[in-house]
Amino acid sequence: MTEAPRTLFDKIWDRHKVLERDGHTLIYIDRHLIHDGSNQAFRLLEERGLKLRRPDRTFGTPDHYVPTSSRDPSTITDPDARDMVAAIERNAREHHVTVFGIRDPRQGIIHVVGPEQGLTQPGLTMVCGDSHTSTHGALGALAFGIGASEVAHVMATQSLWQRRPRTMRITVDGRLAPGVFAKDIILAIIARIGAAGGVGHAIEYAGSAIRGLSVEGRLTVCNMSIEAGARAGMIAPDETTYRFLAGRPYAPKGAAWDAAMAYWRGLPSDDGAAFDREVVIDAAGLAPMVTWGTSPEHAAPITATVPDPARAPDADRRAGWESALAYMDLKPGTPIDQIAMDRVFIGSCTNSRIEDLRAAATVVKGRKAVIPSWVVPGSGLIRRQAEAEGLDAVFKAAGFEWREAGCSMCVGMNGDTVGAGKRCASTSNRNFAGRQGKGARTHLVSPAMAAAAAVTGRLTDVRRLLTGA
Amino acid sequence: MRMEKFETLDAVAAPIATPNIDTDQIVPARFLSRPRERGYGGYLFHDLRFDDSGAEKPDFVLNQPAWRNARILLADWNFGCGSSREHAVYCLHDYGFRAVIAPSFGDIFFGNAFKNGFLPVVLPADAVADLRRQITEKPGARIAIDLARQTVTAPSGAVHHFDIDPFRKQCLLQGVDEIAFTLGHGDAIAAFEQRQAGEVSWL
Repeated sequence: MTEAPRTLFDKIWDRHKVLERDGHTLIYIDRHLIHDGSNQAFRLLEERGLKLRRPDRTFGTPDHYVPTSSRDPSTITDPDARDMVAAIERNAREHHVTVFGIRDPRQGIIHVVGPEQGLTQPGLTMVCGDSHTSTHGALGALAFGIGASEVAHVMATQSLWQRRPRTMRITVDGRLAPGVFAKDIILAIIARIGAAGGVGHAIEYAGSAIRGLSVEGRLTVCNMSIEAGARAGMIAPDETTYRFLAGRPYAPKGAAWDAAMAYWRGLPSDDGAAFDREVVIDAAGLAPMVTWGTSPEHAAPITATVPDPARAPDADRRAGWESALAYMDLKPGTPIDQIAMDRVFIGSCTNSRIEDLRAAATVVKGRKAVIPSWVVPGSGLIRRQAEAEGLDAVFKAAGFEWREAGCSMCVGMNGDTVGAGKRCASTSNRNFAGRQGKGARTHLVSPAMAAAAAVTGRLTDVRRLLTGA
Repeated sequence: MRMEKFETLDAVAAPIATPNIDTDQIVPARFLSRPRERGYGGYLFHDLRFDDSGAEKPDFVLNQPAWRNARILLADWNFGCGSSREHAVYCLHDYGFRAVIAPSFGDIFFGNAFKNGFLPVVLPADAVADLRRQITEKPGARIAIDLARQTVTAPSGAVHHFDIDPFRKQCLLQGVDEIAFTLGHGDAIAAFEQRQAGEVSWL
């Protein structure tokens, strides 16, 4: 008897079932990632007198509250935030968890550090108390964000009650034009299916354009699955994945590598596997994307104009567009490439990896930033690599600030904020009202597009700058 | 340790008519480092509710006398999207809310709600729109929720049935502590771990 064809998601889910009850499945969690916001879950555990079930499967690093101006935690002025950064290292000692602390060069944004260290691997179940845990699906893991109560549950039981999500396959075929990147693919997807389009689904990204992405690009795509409403996004492992993983500190070695490969090669969705929903996108038709509003679904090509709420497809969206344009202080019909910026942020778990910094540096080289512009590498190791490649010199020569690793201005929890009423071209993932600080106005773009905005002072089609390069 | 129960609720309902209310709107990130025990009610919808001087914005729904003591929120689609911050639920809970009714929710917010004795109810968009019209036309009107019967009763008396998975329903009705419940299945977890140790030796 032949088995019914299964998806990548099905294979990982089925393999991690501990038990089922009333439509819920207790799923075993292979790796639990923690950050400086996870302190509360440790306290929930301690209140009950419980211990971590698998400290050996738990890894963390402080990222949300760390300063990016220095590596000295005493420079954190908010005492509550200072406590959070101190707490993760204290919790690590008391509970025997591996944590890359603020002075460790391996410190960084947890969703950058996991893949970098080889903690993220195909076929694993991974969770973290952060919605961008979907990032790790880029290597073929089933990874999703959870709340603090669930973090405590995983600490105590190494498992999680979940309802099986529906599956969606998004096939992106074709060749990306020069100047168009992974960030543009995912913004185009969210513009198409909407910020709630993936609710209740695990997304698998497929197609030649996805296959053609580096692991860095795939991480960018999966990272923003949550902005389409999906908790998990994943990409089947392939030779690109294996090349990326080989030799990383926590990747299997020797005979274990061979055993792992035997498992990993069986993971891709079988031919004929059924998905609950299918979406197809033409990569060749994509232009650099920009958000104009306060939801990631408010995305348009750089060549477009600010849309008119009167032409919204329905009353709900009309209301959403109107409030977005009021917050963003934009008028319908304004060409998007005429919107002036006040500052630029290159960083976040979406776009702070070495390839992102290279793409931005290519645009910046030989030019000057005309507005305050920051580069915040995703980890201490990326920062070092960029310095070894001379990228920091390119950014500094152009007048950029070259900072230490952390979440920084993506969420502003460490005090790195844009400023009220200011407009920021940002490589992060959320353009929500107030996301980058109270009153801040965010335009989401790729690293190359952020670099273009830095050197022109406005949203600019980076393809124009690349042609002249 | 017990979780807070939810059985029935008959309370004033307040309308929020904007779709995609993200958890950054429900609680701005700058408040998240505050310890839980200090209470989060004051931060709920903070930047929508208060101006720069900290004074209430009179237009905001919860600053209007009829809705100030609302315990049910009637929201639009994709309520609670975005960040996984459970503080969004703490804020609603500590302010006094015990239920949100919407056509759809952000998945993580939806799951977080149940862990705090807080009920998210999914109703069809037309039913939500009708409820919103009723409570907007009659500010201070009450809505009744009965979890055991899975019903929402409108001010007009119309009864809407809602779906909820049985596992979550029982946990809420009985105030089941999920960690204690799962620890009761420790043998099954240990058996899984033993099996897995042979399969993925490299982890």
